Amino acid sequence: MAESGLSYDQGPPFGAPLRYFLVAPLFMLVAAGLGIFRPDWLITRWSPVSLALTHLITLGYLAMVMLGSLLQMLPVVLGTPVPAVRLIGWLGLLGLSVGTPSLVLGFLLAEPLWLYAGMWILAAGLIPFSIAISISLVKTAAPLVAWPIRQAALALVITLLLGIVLAGAFSSLWPVSSIAELTTLHATWGLIGWVLILIIGIAYQVVPMLQITRPYPLWLTRGLTWALFVGLLLYSVAAQIESMASIGLLGTLLLCAGCLVFAGVTLRLQAGRRRKVPDITLNFWRFGMACLIFSALFFPVLHWLPDVWTEAAEISLGIAFMLGFVASVVSGMLYKIVPFLAWFHLKTQTHAKVGSIPNMKQMIPDNLARIHFRLHLASLALLLPAPFLPAPVNRYVSIAGLLLLAASAIRQWLNLLRAKRLFLKHGGYLD
Amino acid sequence: MHDISHNISHNISHYLTADHHHCDDLFADAENAVATDDWPAAMTQFESFAAATLLHFTREESILFPAFEERTGMGHGPTAIMRGEHVEMRETLQGMEQALTEQDADAYLGLAETMLMLLRQHNMKEEQILYPMADQALADGASVMVREMEALTA
Repeated sequence: MAESGLSYDQGPPFGAPLRYFLVAPLFMLVAAGLGIFRPDWLITRWSPVSLALTHLITLGYLAMVMLGSLLQMLPVVLGTPVPAVRLIGWLGLLGLSVGTPSLVLGFLLAEPLWLYAGMWILAAGLIPFSIAISISLVKTAAPLVAWPIRQAALALVITLLLGIVLAGAFSSLWPVSSIAELTTLHATWGLIGWVLILIIGIAYQVVPMLQITRPYPLWLTRGLTWALFVGLLLYSVAAQIESMASIGLLGTLLLCAGCLVFAGVTLRLQAGRRRKVPDITLNFWRFGMACLIFSALFFPVLHWLPDVWTEAAEISLGIAFMLGFVASVVSGMLYKIVPFLAWFHLKTQTHAKVGSIPNMKQMIPDNLARIHFRLHLASLALLLPAPFLPAPVNRYVSIAGLLLLAASAIRQWLNLLRAKRLFLKHGGYLD
Repeated sequence: MHDISHNISHNISHYLTADHHHCDDLFADAENAVATDDWPAAMTQFESFAAATLLHFTREESILFPAFEERTGMGHGPTAIMRGEHVEMRETLQGMEQALTEQDADAYLGLAETMLMLLRQHNMKEEQILYPMADQALADGASVMVREMEALTA
């Protein structure tokens, strides 16, 4: 039996995940600004601005936080360190921070060179990252825990490959006949396969841990992410072959049912929690689950909506899933991860006594995190209905929503910076 | 005492995992009492939580870990790391106790948050990695060992 590691020491240095967390809100800020000055995202999800915004949010914000968190969490939940974590951490960070703006410029300027550069920079950062986490996912002594994360990592690679095929098609490197279908697949593998399955796998660990709830039922942890994975495969096969529409519908229903089951069970577990103290992370999670339920109920309805509503509904659905569900859950997690790591590394580095350094709630006080939560809620209350409103009201409402989104990104950034500042002020160092 | 004493498991994982859950529940009771400013209840609940947690550490350090180390020859492996984390948590418990005597709710709740993160990450590693290894390595003597651990009292 290998001497499986079981150590906080095997976690990366504080700076490795922290850099990801501090860069992410800046991308959200850029997205809000772009949305204000280029409003054509309100008209169709296929506009260059829509594609640019989607990638600013999914790569610059969501993937940024999720990859940073994985660097930190994998050693704890799997008991295996991520190999060459410093190098891999920098590659992933640079890949996302440089590749995303490049890709976004490619969309906005319709300039193949930027797209081409963005695609290869992202690949150069994310492929080594995926290989490194795959190594710790293969070596782990806790295979049951590892399966959802393995599925998510595979989905990330598939998303990336589809993205490369699409970017190549856009920059005329190679011909692709079905760009629309491939784009849908790219989005589905990214949002359901990578994002949702990863969140589910992490939720199995952190929901019972943070609120002291009962564990997720065994039938769910054994079967749910597999069902989603099968749903994805059915959906993908059917998307390529027209005669298999019924299989595609089955896949869609499986995906939506999976979302509903996950959100429903999570809300139920949280309702029965032992811990009764108010908790911002819990607020973020509950709102996130509500948005996931909304998305899962809304998605199958898209096909039956009158054509005039379809574009608006698709945009609203994207906002509900990416900002309402994923960004909420991710933000909630940051308010546990960052204060804990700041405390933990400070304690370990300085050997200070427990009472002499700021505790978790002093690192980021609840009232500051609550301001972020309220701004986030307010921005979504305006952004979700905005696409359905008549011009020019849609424009005014969306500008107000985006200003609130920018304010929420700034508040989040300042909150996270505060933990870093206190960490440094009390004698911690970033290596 | 808690329910596992009535229906005692003969499996190391089950027994110690149930003991973790018992400690978690006591932790939550104490924290809920502090959050509602019920200081007398908080003191009683905290004492139960601290006693149960320290007893759990003793069960591992004096019975499970030595047996595991002897059987597997892994003296500097996972058990050494777990012992180190116990030290960290004992210190945090003392900080919580001090906040409680000073009736400083903010300090208590801040430290409780920290304690829970330490405790649950530690438990996660034990439940998902160390205990299954112990179940395998010590299968023959498991029920005797569980009875020995249960017989320990604070």
